[in-house]
Amino acid sequence: MTEALRTPASQQAVQERLPPELLPPGEGFVGILKRDLLLAFRHRGELANPLIFFIMVTALIPIAVGPQKALLSQLAPGMIWVMALLGTLLSSDSLFQSDYADGTLEQLIISPQPLWLLVLAKISAHWLVTGLPITLAAPILGLMLALPEAGYGTLVLGLAMGTATFSLFGAIGAALTVALRKGGVLLSLIVMPLYFPVLIFGSAAVQRVVDGGSAGAPLALLGAVFAFALLLSPFATAASLRAGING
Amino acid sequence: MAFAALGFERDDVPLFDGLSGAVAAGDILQIAGGNGSGKTTLLRILSTALAATEGSLLWRGKALTRQRAEYLADLVFVGHSPGIKLALTPRENLSWLARLYPVREQDIAEALVRVGLAGREDVPCRTLSAGQQRRVALARLVIARATLWILDEPMTAIDQDGVALIEKLLRAHAEAGGAVILSSHQALNIDGVRVLDLAEYACHD
Repeated sequence: MTEALRTPASQQAVQERLPPELLPPGEGFVGILKRDLLLAFRHRGELANPLIFFIMVTALIPIAVGPQKALLSQLAPGMIWVMALLGTLLSSDSLFQSDYADGTLEQLIISPQPLWLLVLAKISAHWLVTGLPITLAAPILGLMLALPEAGYGTLVLGLAMGTATFSLFGAIGAALTVALRKGGVLLSLIVMPLYFPVLIFGSAAVQRVVDGGSAGAPLALLGAVFAFALLLSPFATAASLRAGING
Repeated sequence: MAFAALGFERDDVPLFDGLSGAVAAGDILQIAGGNGSGKTTLLRILSTALAATEGSLLWRGKALTRQRAEYLADLVFVGHSPGIKLALTPRENLSWLARLYPVREQDIAEALVRVGLAGREDVPCRTLSAGQQRRVALARLVIARATLWILDEPMTAIDQDGVALIEKLLRAHAEAGGAVILSSHQALNIDGVRVLDLAEYACHD
């Protein structure tokens, strides 16, 4: 350590070279959000996978169980929610995988920006390219499954919050399994228990409206779960990434 | 930058211990050691990507844990993998990185020219060679206004011109009052490079 201070000239240089000013934290959020959306756009084929899965499987149900309207409308809320869950879960796996492989994850971790905010940007981008399309496609599937008219508003509102919650919880699992080569199954086991309340409240809300009741209570609970996830997930994910990256 | 009595264990097997050293403005410190001696591990500890089992890090005379953000804003770390997105162009890669570190937009074009990527700014990095991808990563050194550079094997996959370029960058950085810690198997053609040999700190049971 004594070697550190050598000539007066170099000491002077230390004083001249001031540390750079820190950027406002929002900059990193915007940068990562834009980057991930651009990347998603470059990989359009992969991007469409969860949505295609969601639409295909849901379209197969009337073919498999028969086109009776009464039966389908009974199944519709639950089926659409289950497919939305599986569609998001499938894509959660890759949330940090490529970043880990090419070393950009390490750059995010050692960047001066708060990691939880960068993580939140990645989760937001993930939701925009998976959850949002699923939410927007849901009414069409409702139509295929003969969902009664009253249920559409609740379905879309519920799915918007529900898929965002799926993305938020999925990120924790993805972060924990990032250094594992076959983390897919483990990821499902980790996040499934967190997904259940969302699934229960989400499909219950649609069912209630269809049965002529009010969806207020389940939607409020769904909102509460979403708020909880939004508060917890970025920090939990950031902490998991710091631990997980060193395998 | 100083580090004192650093030790690291992986799965209870000690890799090195009692490791100390420092760099001041204008210093270039080369970490030497054979394969598996812990060069990358040490550099990752210094860049805070990995926590040391024991020991402490000091930055500008104060404990690093108290001023993490300030330290990281003043550091560029180029690791084994280039840390760039292959689907994006060099310009796009630098501009997302630029959102994390303080730089100016026009610096990006200049930096890419300086590392010899003129005319390649807007093709996807996937189509570039390994050496060119490495150069994109090195362009980060040019755009960031960081005092400390930590480079892990910067010469990998780089041609002779590239090595000369890196040496020029390092020299200019040291002259401007910056500090560099790097690991490399090749001897550097720069005066006043200090060498820290990890073999001296290795743990043998």
